[in-house]
Amino acid sequence: MSIWELANPVRFMRLSGRVLPYVSVLTIVFLSVGLVWGFFFTPDDFRQGASVKIIYVHVPLAFLAINIYFMMFVTSLIWLIRRHHVSALAAKAAAPIGAFFTLAALISGALWGSTTWGTYWQWDPTLTSFLIMFIFYIGYIALWGSVDEPDKAADLTSILCLIGSVFAILSRYAVNFWSQGIHQGASLSLDKEENISNVFWLPLVTVMTGVFFLFLTLLLIRTRTEIRNRRITALQAREVL
Amino acid sequence: MRALLIRELRLALRSGGGAGLGLAFFLIVVILVPFGVGPDSKILAKIAPGTLWIGALLACLLSLDRLFQADSEDGTLDILALSPLPLELLVAVKAFAHWLTTGLPLVIAAPVLAITLSLPGEVYFWLIASLAAGTPALSFIGAAGAAITVGVRRGGLLLSLLVLPLYIPTLIFGAKTATLAAEGGDPMPGLMLVLGLSLFTLALTPFAAAAALRSHLG
Repeated sequence: MSIWELANPVRFMRLSGRVLPYVSVLTIVFLSVGLVWGFFFTPDDFRQGASVKIIYVHVPLAFLAINIYFMMFVTSLIWLIRRHHVSALAAKAAAPIGAFFTLAALISGALWGSTTWGTYWQWDPTLTSFLIMFIFYIGYIALWGSVDEPDKAADLTSILCLIGSVFAILSRYAVNFWSQGIHQGASLSLDKEENISNVFWLPLVTVMTGVFFLFLTLLLIRTRTEIRNRRITALQAREVL
Repeated sequence: MRALLIRELRLALRSGGGAGLGLAFFLIVVILVPFGVGPDSKILAKIAPGTLWIGALLACLLSLDRLFQADSEDGTLDILALSPLPLELLVAVKAFAHWLTTGLPLVIAAPVLAITLSLPGEVYFWLIASLAAGTPALSFIGAAGAAITVGVRRGGLLLSLLVLPLYIPTLIFGAKTATLAAEGGDPMPGLMLVLGLSLFTLALTPFAAAAALRSHLG
């Protein structure tokens, strides 16, 4: 089966309805195992103490927040090129989840920063980029909310998402030019020696998988809601005629 | 194309066109800053480049929502879209006209206002250079935002929400150029980056704006 067959809303509804229960169960399993493991069965950091455990909330959310924006970029591109409605609706459904994850990453980061850096907020490139990304999410959601015609809304938000992606990357490098950072570099990159120790890494990856499945669950539910909304609107339009 | 440019300039410069309005707004914003932070000339000199840049940015934003809105309301936009001129070029001409009537006056007025903020003398050149290099980017990015929000409910408010975050890189590089000059650093890389950003938006945003306009029209 080609992935493009999912562009048909009926097929998408059938498949997503079948997949949804499994994904929800996976979310619960990975999240509960990962969080319990991380919070109760890993040692405290020798310098940060117990506050290091915020990593199990902060890193997965931040990781997903960036990748949800990337997903919206790809689905927007698919909408503009091939005009698959499910793709546009998936981008619409993903945006509030992404905005919430970004906000949660910022807040958990602020709490973590207050104990380790001694400050809730610092104009550090990483933090600033996340704040900018949050504003991008808000603008994107607001634009969806203010255009009535669904196809036009999908067009405009897709264009905004593409421009936004380019400028988000530009901002990322611009803020490096603007300020020195205190945020640490990547802790999970594949090619570096100085990754965090395995004791923390394994539960962290478990939570990350859990948060990914959480996103997938929410995304499927929200996309299904959007499709049903579309159907109701279409039916109502027919009633009036 | 030249006719369009002349039409745009005429419309903006006539009374009610709003070209002077942006300049007056710029003046007000810059004057408000000393009231907010106090008249200490040392502090004012330190924040002068940033203040002038933010003022220019807001003044630019103020006149943006009229860029396509008026033409869309009276149907001119539909006629322009039917003309042999490609929509991308139309956007570029309109954005250029916007820069001539909004951005350029700001560049010229900035040094005068910089006196009130007691900006050190050697920084003037770099401040003007950075503004001259950066304000086209503001107009061109703004054109894309204006094209997206034309005819949208509460479009003006939405426009600021969409466009201001896009202005961040320009603001950073532009203000940093002048700040570096004030601190005795080498401002050249900053200026080059602002200029690059302007050229980049000049090449990129007309296509995005034209795509948005097509969606509105068709």
